[in-house]
Amino acid sequence: MIMETLIQLFWTAAVTVRDVLPIAVVLFGFQYLVIRRPLPHLRRIIIGFIYVVIGLTFFLIGLEKALFPLGKLMAKQLTDPAFIHGIGAVVGELRWQDYYMVYLFAAAIGFATTIAEPSLIAVAIKANQVSGGAVGIWGLRIAVAIGVAFGVALGTFRIVTSTPLHYYIIAGYIIVIIQTMRTERAIIPLAYDSGGVTTSTVTVPLVTALGLGLATTIPGRSSLLDGFGLIAFASLCPIITVMGYAQFGRWLRLRRQVEGD
Amino acid sequence: MRTGLFRFFGLIAESLRDLAPIIIVIGFFQLVVLRQPIPDLAEILLGLFFVLIGLTLFIQGLELGLFPIGEGMANAFARKGSLFWLLAFSFALGFGTTAAEPALIAVAAEAAEVAAAGGVLGTAPGAQADYAFYLRGTVALSVGVALVIGVFRILKGWPIHYLIIGGYLLVVILTFFAPASIVGIAYDSGGVTTSTITVPLVTALGVGLATAIKGRNPMIDGFGLIAFASLTPMIFVLLFGMLWPALG
Repeated sequence: MIMETLIQLFWTAAVTVRDVLPIAVVLFGFQYLVIRRPLPHLRRIIIGFIYVVIGLTFFLIGLEKALFPLGKLMAKQLTDPAFIHGIGAVVGELRWQDYYMVYLFAAAIGFATTIAEPSLIAVAIKANQVSGGAVGIWGLRIAVAIGVAFGVALGTFRIVTSTPLHYYIIAGYIIVIIQTMRTERAIIPLAYDSGGVTTSTVTVPLVTALGLGLATTIPGRSSLLDGFGLIAFASLCPIITVMGYAQFGRWLRLRRQVEGD
Repeated sequence: MRTGLFRFFGLIAESLRDLAPIIIVIGFFQLVVLRQPIPDLAEILLGLFFVLIGLTLFIQGLELGLFPIGEGMANAFARKGSLFWLLAFSFALGFGTTAAEPALIAVAAEAAEVAAAGGVLGTAPGAQADYAFYLRGTVALSVGVALVIGVFRILKGWPIHYLIIGGYLLVVILTFFAPASIVGIAYDSGGVTTSTITVPLVTALGVGLATAIKGRNPMIDGFGLIAFASLTPMIFVLLFGMLWPALG
């Protein structure tokens, strides 16, 4: 097991380096060919890059060892007809209510993976710095995680009921547009950004496994055509909840003012 | 040394808190809902330990390396004052980071399978690989374009919502004309393009630019690059789905 782990460490490190390489080439290429000025704190930056590569390597291996196999297995078991309808039950008509445990799992796993998502932590740290503390690191992360939870649960519901994806997405866009007109300007770009950062290293593999599990076990669904769409929901809903978080914060402040008077 | 060690343990504890929800959710569903024992407990504990160390190191590297270099380059470009090179850099960053993105490679391969199953592709050998390759190229191109538009917006100080809502409208209109098999993939491709390394870098670039340019507010103008990078792939992939039968 030790030897295996070492080999796995080595390979994952190689793959991570390969992923980081194009980024490093672009950054250092432009730095030395176009900007032509030595980077300040070059040593620190290189150490930082090494930390990032080693960190991601361990992170990915750890996920691969601990969370993904179990998470994917659970997604499969929870969507198994034997679990949903009871073993040996004759399944007549498909009732969407029978899948309540799947929705619950979808929401819980969406929330939990988002909290652990490193890119969201990065954006939350930056937003906290830039806003001078007005945007809380945990406030933003929880708001986004609630959005992903709702999005993934809704996405599984869509797969079960087999309703067209674009109806939901268009409805979501309409909500985003209405909220945009009513939210304070400073939060809008951050809210739009949070749609894209949520779906990364931790969330995508588990959520995809859930979608595929559902689409393959429900009769009449094609894993290829119906398995997609969960990521789209997980990217759209956080925009709504982050703007909602800002609106809720403003409402709280207003209420406090009214009570203070 | 002692304080350094304390700091490190503090950071590990923070990472543990970040991971607690996943551990609780998986543990609860496995033990209470599915009523099954946790297989391979030793392996899982070792994996969790790795995740903890990894997350802690990554966050450290973020503050030491990714944020400073993003902001440093934004500053340098702002001082240099060359619009062409700034936009060329933005395009290269978007294109280069996306083309090699593993999540995208996986999605493109899957999308080619969907297209093959839907009979969109010819029976020629290698048609599926071609399709996946050009799809990846399309998405990488779209992210390059996204960063160019996004950076240009920061320079001009345009409000983001007109551009994004305009983009949404375009997505909705294209949805009705694109083949049904591409819609799900197109919508998902917006989410997979932005990787763990790209996001901090691009965020630092945007915030750095908005800080360096007079009259721009880092909160209002600095954020938003990721939003463009998640929107344009949808548009480009929908167009790809419409044009492929004609071109291929």
